[in-house]
Amino acid sequence: MDNSCLIKAEDISIQFGDRQVLQNVSLTIKQGQVLTLIGPNGAGKTTLVRIILGLLKPQSGRIEKPQNLRIGYMPQKLHVEATMPITVRRFLELARHKSSAPIDEILQEVQITHLMHHQLRSISGGEMQRVLLARALSQQPQLLVLDEPAQGVDVSGQAELYQLINDIRARHNCGVLMISHDLHLVMAKTDEVVCLNHHICCHGRPEQVSVDPSYLALFGKKEAKNLAVYTHNHNHHHDLTGEVVEHKHD
Amino acid sequence: MTDFIINALVAGLCIAFVAGPLGAFVVWRRMSYFGDTLAHSSLLGIAIGILMDINLQVAVIASSIFFAGLLIFLERNKTLSTDTLLGILAHGTLAFGMLILSLSNTVQINLMGYLFGDLLTIGTQDLWWIGGCSALVALLLLKYWNGFLAVTVHEELAKVEGVPVGKLHALMVLMVALLIAVSMKIIGVLLITSLLIIPPAAARKLAETPEQMAIGASIVGGLSVCGGLLLSYFWDTPAGPSIVVTACGFFLFSYLAPALLRKS
Repeated sequence: MDNSCLIKAEDISIQFGDRQVLQNVSLTIKQGQVLTLIGPNGAGKTTLVRIILGLLKPQSGRIEKPQNLRIGYMPQKLHVEATMPITVRRFLELARHKSSAPIDEILQEVQITHLMHHQLRSISGGEMQRVLLARALSQQPQLLVLDEPAQGVDVSGQAELYQLINDIRARHNCGVLMISHDLHLVMAKTDEVVCLNHHICCHGRPEQVSVDPSYLALFGKKEAKNLAVYTHNHNHHHDLTGEVVEHKHD
Repeated sequence: MTDFIINALVAGLCIAFVAGPLGAFVVWRRMSYFGDTLAHSSLLGIAIGILMDINLQVAVIASSIFFAGLLIFLERNKTLSTDTLLGILAHGTLAFGMLILSLSNTVQINLMGYLFGDLLTIGTQDLWWIGGCSALVALLLLKYWNGFLAVTVHEELAKVEGVPVGKLHALMVLMVALLIAVSMKIIGVLLITSLLIIPPAAARKLAETPEQMAIGASIVGGLSVCGGLLLSYFWDTPAGPSIVVTACGFFLFSYLAPALLRKS
């Protein structure tokens, strides 16, 4: 495994009951690289991320990562119990190490210094995403793992948030693994796109993936119009369970 | 004042002091039914203790820790939902304990005392048990405070950040089991969890941070013990219910007072 490689996943497969959720999925993430995971609902994106984070064990395949890899994880959402009084500051303190940057510095980086003493339950969806990003940054991450970072954020806020993530990547030179549905916003700043539907349908640079037949088959032409429009005959399509069905060209 | 009320007061304050912060976690983590189950199962511990003629305090602690371990094990290998498991264990053990007690007619025991707490039963030896166990739980809470809090706020986030989530959860369950086991004599099997739940709930309104809520809960718990014991001493009411009624008073006050103040 070379030095710049942060995560190397090989042949990951997992089944829940008799549902095959992931099948022989392999990917690598390198330092400074942004890898965006796209795919329809229920395609196994979050499951793959949970396996990479070590929260879930795959039934076969393996994950290689450098020892003591510092991961900053931003979960899809944070539910704060109504009975739990906690300020933004105290929430960030929970994850602090001796080497973490001061909290006001981290808050400044994600531009929410003014929220420091607010109750976590009282802030908006967009602010919460920034707080979660701040928490991930407090790990001084070599790898940022973001599960739909712009969920619940309004349209103009989304663009800002992705810009912020991009700035952070540039400043810290960390790798980024991100699940996103906002293709039009993330594609321009992504180095590699992996299109997942239980198996890897296609992957590569955004401009390659956007013209890939299996990508078009999954997302349809309307979504693809946001990128570049180019059509091919697909070499396979998916049945209702997401299984690949080969079909003959005529 | 007589010795027994001093004993009861010291014991009650020790328990209330630790039950505040520990109870805050029980509230945040929604473990109140969990606490009830452990409390109910301790009656089985008493029954077995009487049957085998061993020290009752040791029997209760042992059974409480045994059932806590069983719950952790069953939770991890879940075949039934936690809620159902707790329901089966809570009532199964309570019923089984009562059955054994009714069959062993060699000793006449004060069942009401175990169910609702009895002041007169707190001796010097009990005081040592209560003091020692409370101190142990308090130390563990202090040592792992940040970890417990991180796990409570977001378990997966904590796990990714390197917090030993499984171990801390097990430790918390054992701490709840231990505190319930030693406080049974004073509050009673049926009311024990209320001392874990009501004071933190009363402190919630005023708290801005988890620490404020935990300390507030200790204070409310301590005041409830004092108020309850006074009631019990002067009107000869049972100790457990008196303490719980006082705590409920504080809870109501904390929710109604701000509204009343705003009106006037």
